[in-house]
Amino acid sequence: MSAPGLETAAARVPLWPGALAAGLVTVLAIAFMWAENEWEVVGVLTAAVVGAVVARRAGWLEPATRAFTQRESVMNRFAIAGLFVFVAFFHDDHFPLLMVGTVLVYLLVCLGLTIQFGYAGMVNFAAAAFLGVGCYTAAVLSAHTAIPHLLVLAIGGAVAALIGSILILPVIRTRGHYSAVVTIAFVLLFKTFLEVNDTLGGPQGLKLPSMQVLGWKFNQNFSIAGIEFSFYVSYVLVALALVVIGFAITRRLERSWVGLSLDAVRLDETASACFGIHIVSWKIVAFTLGNFMAGVAGALYALMLGFIAPTNFTFGDSLIMVSIVLLGGIGNPWGAALAAAIVVVLPEKLQLIQEYRFLLYATLVILVLLFRPEGLLPRRLRVYLPGWRPR
Amino acid sequence: MDPGLLAQFVANGLMLGMMYALVAVGFTLFFGVLDIIKFSHGDVLTVGTFAGFAVYLGLQAIGATNPWLQVVAVLLVATGAMAILGALIAKYIVMPLKSAPPLNILLVTLMLGTVLRECVRLFFPDGANPKRFPSLLPHDAVALGSFNLRLDSVLLFLGGLAVVVAIHVLINRTKLGLAIRAVAQDEETAKTMGINFTLIVLVTFALGSAAAAFAGVMNGLYYNEINFGMGLLLGVIGFSAAIVGGLGNIYGAILGGFLFAALQTIGAVALPFASAYKDVFAFAVVIAIMAWRPTGLIAEKTSARV
Repeated sequence: MSAPGLETAAARVPLWPGALAAGLVTVLAIAFMWAENEWEVVGVLTAAVVGAVVARRAGWLEPATRAFTQRESVMNRFAIAGLFVFVAFFHDDHFPLLMVGTVLVYLLVCLGLTIQFGYAGMVNFAAAAFLGVGCYTAAVLSAHTAIPHLLVLAIGGAVAALIGSILILPVIRTRGHYSAVVTIAFVLLFKTFLEVNDTLGGPQGLKLPSMQVLGWKFNQNFSIAGIEFSFYVSYVLVALALVVIGFAITRRLERSWVGLSLDAVRLDETASACFGIHIVSWKIVAFTLGNFMAGVAGALYALMLGFIAPTNFTFGDSLIMVSIVLLGGIGNPWGAALAAAIVVVLPEKLQLIQEYRFLLYATLVILVLLFRPEGLLPRRLRVYLPGWRPR
Repeated sequence: MDPGLLAQFVANGLMLGMMYALVAVGFTLFFGVLDIIKFSHGDVLTVGTFAGFAVYLGLQAIGATNPWLQVVAVLLVATGAMAILGALIAKYIVMPLKSAPPLNILLVTLMLGTVLRECVRLFFPDGANPKRFPSLLPHDAVALGSFNLRLDSVLLFLGGLAVVVAIHVLINRTKLGLAIRAVAQDEETAKTMGINFTLIVLVTFALGSAAAAFAGVMNGLYYNEINFGMGLLLGVIGFSAAIVGGLGNIYGAILGGFLFAALQTIGAVALPFASAYKDVFAFAVVIAIMAWRPTGLIAEKTSARV
């Protein structure tokens, strides 16, 4: 029998602060997307930052975080509901939906990265390359074969994991900066290879047909009960489904003994080896799983964009993904979600100040890392028993 | 293959190797004193090159057109300004982060590189387009069969060699170099021996950044074209070279630089696929070397403390 006292302690944690937070974030996201000119964008941004700082100072964030950590399954539903509200609001508007789809794809890649260096402590600067492997696999398969597209997503992941296995030997034998150079070399190699390889389209890239699942053509606007929906809604729904699966895997993994072993490997290899944890095999598991997720994300990304070129998979893109994980707070999937939204959408909306957006963005990352080095939402201790609080 | 063409490739490879080695020496110096990787190094190189270019434009404007004077002024200002910039970066960005996780430092310096790069692109007049860098050195050529040995290439190579030798002598033969080596070996002990740690770190960063600026001007004089993105690839290659050679070891950095240039040249000339694959080949070999020697060709002398 489970301890009844703990059960009730979890039930007593009020839900409404978490729900309110999810609602406010949704409203902010909608307002941000809705903003047309730069003053409105800057206004919404300022409101968000000031609101966050005030809430933190006043201690309002604490109940919300408690709701998220203790009543996780309910809060997950609130987050998904918030996304549905967002999609419903912009149901016929292509651009915000494409943005949401892109955020979800990036989030899936970053969940893979979270497993790789949040848990196992393996630096991977080649995330964009594995995303690219998924993209090109999807492009080739959907152009030349009749494999069902949902299967193509899985194959994209498998091919990424397979190509990643080439790197396993050097990545496992090296540490720290030496390991970083292996993945950096790979992402540069990959992009150069794509640019000079004519069978894969060279610098011009490849075109993809529309995604189709059971005869449902994704690239057509559709209408339900007389309301016109943008075709991106279909892609967002698939991406959401994949992210939900990825999120579940990441969280379950973290809670399980697998996550504990990975944490041990990251924190102290010698000590964990002494306790009988097989370091090499756990590193292989984490690296392969992370690359698989990046590959799946890539396959969907390619189908969603309908066109891919080598310039999508540069070292810079890998850096963006790494900075998402760092900004969010290493090892915290919720942090990755928040940071993915900020990092992907902010430069797009700041196009109004076109020229300076990279400068602003880079400065912002430097400031966050200088003054909040643990990221926006730092990872917390595991809570195995509901209601348990670290003393 | 035609020997003249081959000689051309070898000369080009040597020049590239010298530039990579100069950049890699910076990475390895920074790693030596602070155990960090400063990824804005490549973009410091860009800023240095553009500073030198600005000096050239200024000298042209005031009518000082003697090419030797111009070369000296360009080099002095570029290396001097970057030495100051390198020390400033060390003082205000890198030192405060000294005890942060290595990944954070990597990311901060990468973003700093982006800031520098964007500043050159946005604030240098018409900085978004490639600039024509003047060829200031005399380009008389000696014809050796079908190979033209150009005097400016020889001078550039010798200049680079002089810088590398000077750094070597500075590190191994002077009191300052002794202090740098002491800090690299053990920060705490060096401090107790009366070495001004902060000063040594700043000097080391100034030295490495000046070497990068020299490499940048060399690149400009050799290819006669500069652009705001030139430092990115040079920086990444320099980093790879320093790593392949073995971090913290100057000979390793030089070896790595020339090795990478050699790989690119071999990839372009000697292998049975199109020369466009030369970078693919070079990076693949780098990955293979890392699998073979996980701590670089000349390994760091460390013992793990448990």
